[in-house]
Amino acid sequence: MHQVEIATTQETLLDSPEMVLNMGPQHPSTHGVLRVVLKLDGETVIDLDCDIGYLHRGMEKIAENRMYTMIAPYWDRLDYIAAVSNGLVWVETVEQMMGLPVPPRAHYLRTILTELNRIASHLLWLATHALDIGAVTVLLWALREREEILKIFERQFGARLTCHAWRVGGMPNDAYDDFNKDVRQFVNNFPKRLEEYETVLSENRIWLSRTVGIGVISGEDAIAIGLSGPALRGSGVAWDVRKSRPYAAYADMDFDIPLGENGDTYDRYLVRLEEMRQSRRIIDQALEKLPDGPVNAKLPKIVKPPAGDYYHSIEGPKGEIGCYLVSDGTAQPWRVRVRPPSFINLQALKQMCVGHLVADVVAIIGTLDIVLGEIDR
Amino acid sequence: MLLLGPINVLNDLLLNVFSQETINFFIWPLIQIGLVVTLVALWVAYATYLERKISAFMQARLGPMRVGPWGLLQPIADGLKLLTKEDFIPEKADRWIFFFAPYIAVASAFIVFAVIPFGPDWAVIADVNIGLLLVLAVSSIGVLALILAGWSSNSKYALLGGLRSSAQMVSYEVAMGLSLIGALMFARTLSLSGIVAAQGSDSIWFLVYQPAGFLLFLISGIAENNRAPFDLPEAESELVAGFHTEYSGMRWSLFFMAEYAAMVVVASVATTVYLGGWYFPFVYRLEAAGYHNLYVLVSLLVFLVKTSIILYIYFWLRWTLPRFRYDQLMDIGWKWLIPSALINIVLSGFAIFVVQALDGWRGMRTIESLERGLNLTATGKGIMIGFGVAGLFLTAILLARINWRSRDFNLKTQRRNIKLVNLPQGKPAVQPGS
Repeated sequence: MHQVEIATTQETLLDSPEMVLNMGPQHPSTHGVLRVVLKLDGETVIDLDCDIGYLHRGMEKIAENRMYTMIAPYWDRLDYIAAVSNGLVWVETVEQMMGLPVPPRAHYLRTILTELNRIASHLLWLATHALDIGAVTVLLWALREREEILKIFERQFGARLTCHAWRVGGMPNDAYDDFNKDVRQFVNNFPKRLEEYETVLSENRIWLSRTVGIGVISGEDAIAIGLSGPALRGSGVAWDVRKSRPYAAYADMDFDIPLGENGDTYDRYLVRLEEMRQSRRIIDQALEKLPDGPVNAKLPKIVKPPAGDYYHSIEGPKGEIGCYLVSDGTAQPWRVRVRPPSFINLQALKQMCVGHLVADVVAIIGTLDIVLGEIDR
Repeated sequence: MLLLGPINVLNDLLLNVFSQETINFFIWPLIQIGLVVTLVALWVAYATYLERKISAFMQARLGPMRVGPWGLLQPIADGLKLLTKEDFIPEKADRWIFFFAPYIAVASAFIVFAVIPFGPDWAVIADVNIGLLLVLAVSSIGVLALILAGWSSNSKYALLGGLRSSAQMVSYEVAMGLSLIGALMFARTLSLSGIVAAQGSDSIWFLVYQPAGFLLFLISGIAENNRAPFDLPEAESELVAGFHTEYSGMRWSLFFMAEYAAMVVVASVATTVYLGGWYFPFVYRLEAAGYHNLYVLVSLLVFLVKTSIILYIYFWLRWTLPRFRYDQLMDIGWKWLIPSALINIVLSGFAIFVVQALDGWRGMRTIESLERGLNLTATGKGIMIGFGVAGLFLTAILLARINWRSRDFNLKTQRRNIKLVNLPQGKPAVQPGS
């Protein structure tokens, strides 16, 4: 672990104008085991440094010693609140490298379930972000909706969080009997619930004063840092992997990309809310068009992509999650490299925070929507 | 009658040991203090239960349900749990200050109950003629406990919490005191019983004369208690637990009790000054019918209900609103609340002047006669109410003028809509059905 180098000018607390405050790794709102070392002047942040690695498992290295099919569960544990999306990157990378023809029904189900996962992830973001800023009730409301999605996951995959949702070549099994009914019910109920959150937050003076103009990052800076997902679109940059390089069944879907203007916390909040609505639209369409047929491609006995390298990415809830896979033609990958959106989005923290108050640091960590499982891998 | 029998028996028993004077000035107050402290402690404990139930109700949950029917014994279970927990003092803490800070907090919150009139007659413990001043003075000692706790913990989070609380409570103390002055101009006394009597004799609550004052008092009271949306000193998402980060067990729960007791104090003062204290229409008929003790008991109940309604507002706000930021909190205190309170004072004075002038012109003497309250005529009441309502609007307009250029003022117009774009589609990574 690297030494965090923020030194005070003087030794004692009384003499020095600056104070170094250790936020985390055990802090209620650093969203896991993130350690942020803040240098404060009063309550104003003048410098900060992130210390990560408390959750390092060496997943990329482990993957080098596993069969291709055995690596999928490790992906679930990167961004554990968006396990379904994460799993999709891996299986699609392998499938595309092998040129496997995945049946359309599997593609549509993947679309529906990853979008459900996007809503679930955004709901958890909304819950914790609101909690960080002090609106406690939104937490439980948002978790209530998330629960409905997790119930669908539980019935479909047998697990709620780390689903191990996909298999190379398709899905472990077809949609369960009441799948259409359950998803339809969720789709019908959801807009009303989202309205409720809006009434509590969107026009709330306190919420506005806590989010407008906080953690501003311009479009150019966002691109330079490499932000992706809602954090990028909040700054007004139109980039969405679902549109620019459609995967699964997104090419058939009609949906819009929400863009913010100012790149502040409030814009990112609005962008994510709108994304949930668009996700609902996608699910609605995919359910209408859901084709019949098999959900699995015919697979060889051992999954062995040809030698070479391949990069594939999808639009995860947090941003562009990608997989760079190097194969030497054996049953185990030679190198797996994850492009973790949270890790790259976290780089913007310093630029966003300096000059703001301690309370804003918490809001900005919330708005970046990071998951430490993915940052530390 | 209802209570006098046993009281007389006890008095006779005590006479064997003490003189009647000792009993009157020492023993009875002690018994009263014991009773009030016990009752307030119970009240505080059940306020936590109420808060948990109300928050659960707002959040689509059940709240405590396991201990006793509907979880009614939950506060007792919590208290026992906290008593048996380890009382941990950090090694680098300033031991003595760390040790005493919670007691200062609790004491300052509980002492105030001495002067609060829970009901008529024997329900008042001490009718001090500077009651309201005492309330303000003692409750502002509470800030000392928070600063000491924050400092002695030798933890940076606690220190920040202590700093925040000192700045916050000192600023809001001013607004709180100023907002009460309007009502005091009508009551013309600082004695809390006197204030209630002034509202009783006129059969009108000061809330009607002083709507702006009531709102200001409530807002600054909530801030003074460090409750959401002003709960910065203990903002759990920023400062972990603020000034009581390092406290545990019973010492922690003393802070907790102090917080709830302080809430009850502010709610009681708001009830006393603005909601007519224990008065309620038609209850006086019990007294007229000769049921004196029943009358006192019913009045006590009325007081409790009124206070609970204000407590409910506390809970309601806490579970609805996000938290302010430190600088915004200071803005609200100094740029909104204090100017409003000053405007309110000027307006109240003007209203009284107008009514006096009018009554003087009609050859009557009102307001000046203190013994029987304000004795306003119907016209006088009308004018007062008119001024009160006008005060609300006028305050709003003047404040808008003052804060026009403030960044936070036009927030509502800053509500933006996001653009929706339909991006052109790129080359698909995978063809459906390929």
